[in-house]
Amino acid sequence: MPNSCASSTVETKAAAVGRSRVALCSLDSLPKGQGRCFAVGRLKVAVFRERDGSVAALDGLCPHLGGPLADGLIGAGVVVCPLHAYRFRLSDGTGVDNGFRAGRYPVVIEDGRVFVQLPPTE
Amino acid sequence: MGISTLDRSKEKLVVVGGGMAGGRVVEEIVARENSRFDVTIIGAEPYTVYNRILLSDVLAGSKSPEGVFLYSTEWFQSRAVRLITGVKVESIHRDRKVVRLAGGEERPYDKLIIATGSLPLVPEIENVNTPGVFVFRTIEDCQLISSYARRCKRAAVIGGGLLGLEAARGLVNHGLEVTVVEVMPYPMAQQLDAESGAMLARKMEALGLRFQFEKASQRVLGTSAVRGLAFKDGTELDTDMVVISCGIRPNVRLAVDAGLRVERGIVCDDRMVTSDPDIFAVGECVEHRGRIYGLVAPLYEQARVLAEHITGVQSPAFYQGSKISTRLKVMGVDLVSIGDGRALDPAKASITKYVEPSRGVYKKLVVREGKLEGAILLGEIDSATLLIAAYEAGTPMPERHADLLFGRAAGDPRVMLEAMPGESRICACHQVSKESLVELLSKGCSLDDLAAKTKAGTGCGGCRPQLEMLSAIYGDADRNPATTRYAKSIPLSKPELMAEIRRLGLKSVSAVMRTLGGGDDPGVKPALASLLRMVWREEYDDERDARFINDRVHANIQNDGTFSVVPRIFGGVTSPAELRRIADVAEKYQARMVKLTGGQRIDLLGIKKRDLPAAWHDLGMPSGHAYTKAFRTCKTCVGTDFCRYGVGDSTALGIAIEKRFQGIEAPHKLKLAASGCSRNCAEATVKDIGAVAVDGGWQVYVGGAAGSRVRAGDLLATVATNEEVLRIIGRFIQYYRMNARYMERSPAFVERIGIERLRSILVDDSEGQAESLDRQIEDEIASYRDPWLEGKSPIEPSQFADELAIATERS
Repeated sequence: MPNSCASSTVETKAAAVGRSRVALCSLDSLPKGQGRCFAVGRLKVAVFRERDGSVAALDGLCPHLGGPLADGLIGAGVVVCPLHAYRFRLSDGTGVDNGFRAGRYPVVIEDGRVFVQLPPTE
Repeated sequence: MGISTLDRSKEKLVVVGGGMAGGRVVEEIVARENSRFDVTIIGAEPYTVYNRILLSDVLAGSKSPEGVFLYSTEWFQSRAVRLITGVKVESIHRDRKVVRLAGGEERPYDKLIIATGSLPLVPEIENVNTPGVFVFRTIEDCQLISSYARRCKRAAVIGGGLLGLEAARGLVNHGLEVTVVEVMPYPMAQQLDAESGAMLARKMEALGLRFQFEKASQRVLGTSAVRGLAFKDGTELDTDMVVISCGIRPNVRLAVDAGLRVERGIVCDDRMVTSDPDIFAVGECVEHRGRIYGLVAPLYEQARVLAEHITGVQSPAFYQGSKISTRLKVMGVDLVSIGDGRALDPAKASITKYVEPSRGVYKKLVVREGKLEGAILLGEIDSATLLIAAYEAGTPMPERHADLLFGRAAGDPRVMLEAMPGESRICACHQVSKESLVELLSKGCSLDDLAAKTKAGTGCGGCRPQLEMLSAIYGDADRNPATTRYAKSIPLSKPELMAEIRRLGLKSVSAVMRTLGGGDDPGVKPALASLLRMVWREEYDDERDARFINDRVHANIQNDGTFSVVPRIFGGVTSPAELRRIADVAEKYQARMVKLTGGQRIDLLGIKKRDLPAAWHDLGMPSGHAYTKAFRTCKTCVGTDFCRYGVGDSTALGIAIEKRFQGIEAPHKLKLAASGCSRNCAEATVKDIGAVAVDGGWQVYVGGAAGSRVRAGDLLATVATNEEVLRIIGRFIQYYRMNARYMERSPAFVERIGIERLRSILVDDSEGQAESLDRQIEDEIASYRDPWLEGKSPIEPSQFADELAIATERS
């Protein structure tokens, strides 16, 4: 089982100590309708580009049993974890009819590049 | 939630407790009477009512929390029931007839139902509040245990009862080394005798569990976190976490504080009324005739009786107490306990026993005064339904008790099910009879409809195989529109959808969803992709985001996010050189397990996504498609080349089949086999398609299975030559591709269409389709391309990346 990253606490911590902005990739390098996983220090961040053009970032590991969320099918504003088909909303990371919550990171697109707001590295 | 103002003309009915009992009693009441009461149900947990029995599946990861919800919030809304979740009731004030909620709000009632259930029984253990000690009762408990388990290697479960064993098995699924600690000398001492208990323990040990029997826990070791358990005999057990599952105690605090009569539970009469005539109780918090029940069937009986009395609709029944049977639902272990089967003294009861240690089978009947008092069935539970029926009805036992131990073991369960009288209960949890199910099935109901209308199969789930069998015998799925729909969000059957796709020229999944609906539902994309791929073949606009991860990277995802790699070994025949390459690849890419598969191939498990292209290159073998819905493999025996019994060259035929059909995509996977004589060593009659050599040719079977359901294939044709075998297999595969529903395996498909009809279409060409089927499968074979070639030239950026590096700048 992969180690969990500190999912649900990330946003609050970031708010307390000031966020750090990380450049991930160019928008073009994200295939439409798919996710990709990025390693930022020990943190894994799954970035999704929906077919309608919006981009969202969640924890890379499913809060249920650590499945790789970036490998999930997406659509209709949710990602489906490839291991046990738990669904999470891309808008805020909350589970669809499940009690879990995946951490969510704000995304900014500038000049065709994708940035996420993260807490500073430990 | 929904209605906020009280309707003053209605009696106010308040249900305290949002568990299975509370939900069920509300359902039973609104089903009878929907105008007299203004109903409010108040639950302390922050969810709608869920099926607590299935929490062990949630812990094991085989079910999601939403998968165990019993009623949606919309269900309550549409019945004008006010559902309040996440709020505790603090007290009941009988003098003013109000309940007070946490936060101080008060709710008046005319009638009150207490359904507060039970609390986990926590034995006296020192330092039981150390972090890392859990109880196992709620969804939240599951989540706490799951997330804590990620940092643990070892877990101890205190309590070897039904729930404890299920919790332990769930923790094993999390990859932990789990020890069950039990005071008694064997598990499930409430249901089993010593001999069957010891056999069960051996079975569970084979599943990876450990046991420590006759151990009373005294102290939790560790200060900031659990590091072990100390027992009263002075020994210790090292462990990183502890789950306590020692049973339940009725949650009676509210009733005690309100001055109701409470012994062990809230004392109720046969109408489920407490010592206050306006207050009822139901479920695990109840004591009825001195007994407390911790299972679902009694709770449902109580809810029905309560509803009949409180509504006055129907002539009310009186609760007489329940007869208990239990099923252990842990993978690989079949155990049914009926009544009390523990009696050992032959002077007091007639005991019939059958023990077969080598197969782990233990069957025991306890008969007193000609009636079944209890039974234990371990390892072989096929007579459980009959015995439970005999026990509940109190019918006299036949003179030869052995008939009930083995009556069905020898017979085909389908035949037995057909022979079963109409009033027999199929679903014991919800008391649904065979005749009521058959009636609904004959009206065209699907299994989902049955669950919605009767709840059959939604309790412990133990009757689901029988429901499927009933549906296969009596069902008429074609008349039900919801079951004929190809994709759940698009209201078209498969032929209609194919026609629309062709007519409108829709060549991608996103085009279908834009045009025909479907709402971009990710759950529907792979089904549409499969269909479009078949309709358009090379013209298909293959959007990779519509594929499940397995089909994006051509390997099977494992529970840790790595993948399994199975190269194709045609007909199961390999060579020293191939084996050497496989061994080298396994070492170079650190396969965590090298496993021979049932399909005569070699599975390299635990390969990282980023290593897939290089592993394929080094193997120099084509994909075995062991990750997708397609032709998988053709298992063979050695046939005439070496076997002294061989009648036909099954190896050569198997290789020819595999070369011809490898990778052909289908609504579900296709596993094949070819056997060289009627001894059938390749097990061809339990494959989706199988060939068996006979004098002068081959028999071709279709629709066989040896999975969760075992089905012998039906004989489709007997032909003379290998070429004819290949042709008839090709026709069947193409017909299956065109007509099967997504995820419909061949047995269900063959039963739905009927073997006679298939034979007439595919062999006798009664509908003139044969030539076109032959041509289509030929085109499909011609367009086949080994997907592992994508390793050399990926289709899209970072297709095989585990995770991507980032630019180093931080702003």
